[in-house]
Amino acid sequence: MTALLEILAPGAMTTVQDLGRIGFRGQGVPLAGVLDRVALRLVNALLGNDPGEAVLEVRLTGPRVRVGEAPVRLALGGGVSARVARSGKAVDAAPWTTVTIDPGEILEIRLVDDAMVGLVGIAGGLDLPPVLGSRSTYVRAGIGGLDGRSLAEGDRLRCRVPAPPGADRRLAAPFTLGAGAIRVLPGPQENHFTSEALETVFSAEYEVTKDLDRMGIRLSGPSLAHHPERGAEILSEGMAPGCIQVPGSGQPILVLADGQTVGGYPKPGVVISADLPRLAALRPGDRLRFQAVTLEEAEAALDHLEGRVQEAIASITEDRLVDGYDLEALQSGNLIGGVVDMAQPDHFPGHLEETPPCA
Amino acid sequence: MSFQNDSLDPTEEDHPLESVTLRPLGDSAFTIDLAGDMGEEATRRVAQATTLLRTAAESGHIPGLVEVVRALRSVTVHYDPLATRRAVIEASVTEVLAKGAEDVDGVERQWLLPACYDPALAPDLEEAARTLDLSPDEVVARHVGRVFRVHMIGFLPGFPFMGDLPEGLRLPRRAEPRTRVPAGSIAIADRMTAIYPWESPGGWTLIGSCPVPLFSAAWERPALLTAADRVRFEPVSASEVKALAGDYAAGRRDPHDLVEARS
Repeated sequence: MTALLEILAPGAMTTVQDLGRIGFRGQGVPLAGVLDRVALRLVNALLGNDPGEAVLEVRLTGPRVRVGEAPVRLALGGGVSARVARSGKAVDAAPWTTVTIDPGEILEIRLVDDAMVGLVGIAGGLDLPPVLGSRSTYVRAGIGGLDGRSLAEGDRLRCRVPAPPGADRRLAAPFTLGAGAIRVLPGPQENHFTSEALETVFSAEYEVTKDLDRMGIRLSGPSLAHHPERGAEILSEGMAPGCIQVPGSGQPILVLADGQTVGGYPKPGVVISADLPRLAALRPGDRLRFQAVTLEEAEAALDHLEGRVQEAIASITEDRLVDGYDLEALQSGNLIGGVVDMAQPDHFPGHLEETPPCA
Repeated sequence: MSFQNDSLDPTEEDHPLESVTLRPLGDSAFTIDLAGDMGEEATRRVAQATTLLRTAAESGHIPGLVEVVRALRSVTVHYDPLATRRAVIEASVTEVLAKGAEDVDGVERQWLLPACYDPALAPDLEEAARTLDLSPDEVVARHVGRVFRVHMIGFLPGFPFMGDLPEGLRLPRRAEPRTRVPAGSIAIADRMTAIYPWESPGGWTLIGSCPVPLFSAAWERPALLTAADRVRFEPVSASEVKALAGDYAAGRRDPHDLVEARS
């Protein structure tokens, strides 16, 4: 019996991602992988997987999936919910829970509350070969994931094992990343900017434009002037996800997971590791501010986040099952579904009628 | 060694590895300046530092090190900030660089790559020639008559930054970058020339096309070219380029056979 996921509808851009491709940036291969490593760890912890096991990254709209001959267990990160048609009824699973799907059942994955991106973990992982040490999909070079591309209708993703026995699991409480200004460690090219530009970039509000993909985000806001003698170009040098680079236009670009390995534009600062996961959630129209912090503050912020992640992992509990149905999941799932329904009344036809009222 | 924000003065004399400058690249990477400018000497020093750091990391002497990435005049060290701290890894890296002095004596390969400068595959050649006050044939002759050094692979998988272009071929980047540069484009910008292995956005001037695949995850080393390799171009016709591209795509030719000399 092969556990597999048959893609009935792929969603806008669903790719396989893990921690990214280490060791090949010197040959021009971007890191790729997920930006939100916290979510990656948590969905894998919910499933008992290795922390860096590959997951599905769902962007904009989620896929519709039919499960093959063996049951499959999935874990939903923040930002995604799932609905399974089961015995003529819709069963909902909320973010930060696992859901076990029986053979032949159809699962619909949805982004909740206008989320931009969400991760879906697979118990035991996907049966895909690592390419250059990683299963992360990097579309431009056609490597990783499933044939180096985003999922398409008719794809069949094999899981390494069927759903393990045991109840579904959940985090005790949804995991949320911090709000407020995005923290940045200044450098490495502060000296390529005027002092006014530096003050602006670390205080002014910028808007996320529609020019947004896995490579980066173009921001729009007050123009940043380069130092007149040093200019808007540098000899190309190493980059990392989270770099803020400023080309001649003066409008900053945030570099994300698929960003180029080297770049020739000056960088006033780089987003700290603790706030990198937040960049994954940015949507066109969002407004953000950058705040300069010290290295000590950056390291303390990462320690704090790490402590919260470990607490969340320690909080994982098994669902209570009643006749095979999970009452808590039904209820919290409906809460999420209800929000979606209010925003888009025609989104889940019949949903309000066929589910019990929330507690 | 300290974190400084000032770039090195390009005119500064060469300096030993024990007095390099570190610049922070967020809280999980830093960049080490090894020369004031790009060029032969910078490429040699970058190779030396890269080898020293990778060797030390492989034998466990730099805990927390994730990856060493070389660039034109610097290397960037990526590390795991949960496994080590900046102050600790900075000290290890400094120590490794200060201790090691031996030169890297790798095999240097010279490649002869087919290049087509037919106007159909060289959208900017005529305009570039006008700007440079040369004929298109003269631009081609200057590009073909040169042995280039690969200074760095980066930007995109397998993308070689090669130099130096002769004085008479230097143009600034285009004011309006193209959103789609065709794969295989041979391009020039400032002192450098390159081949785009993939279709991508790009702001360089396109003067030809090369049918050779520069990257494959199936190869033992996925990028065909390596920093410190030398490259020269051999003009071929548009029909030959098409035939060659077909041969490479079908596996009838192996691009590794294009090495014309080793030293």
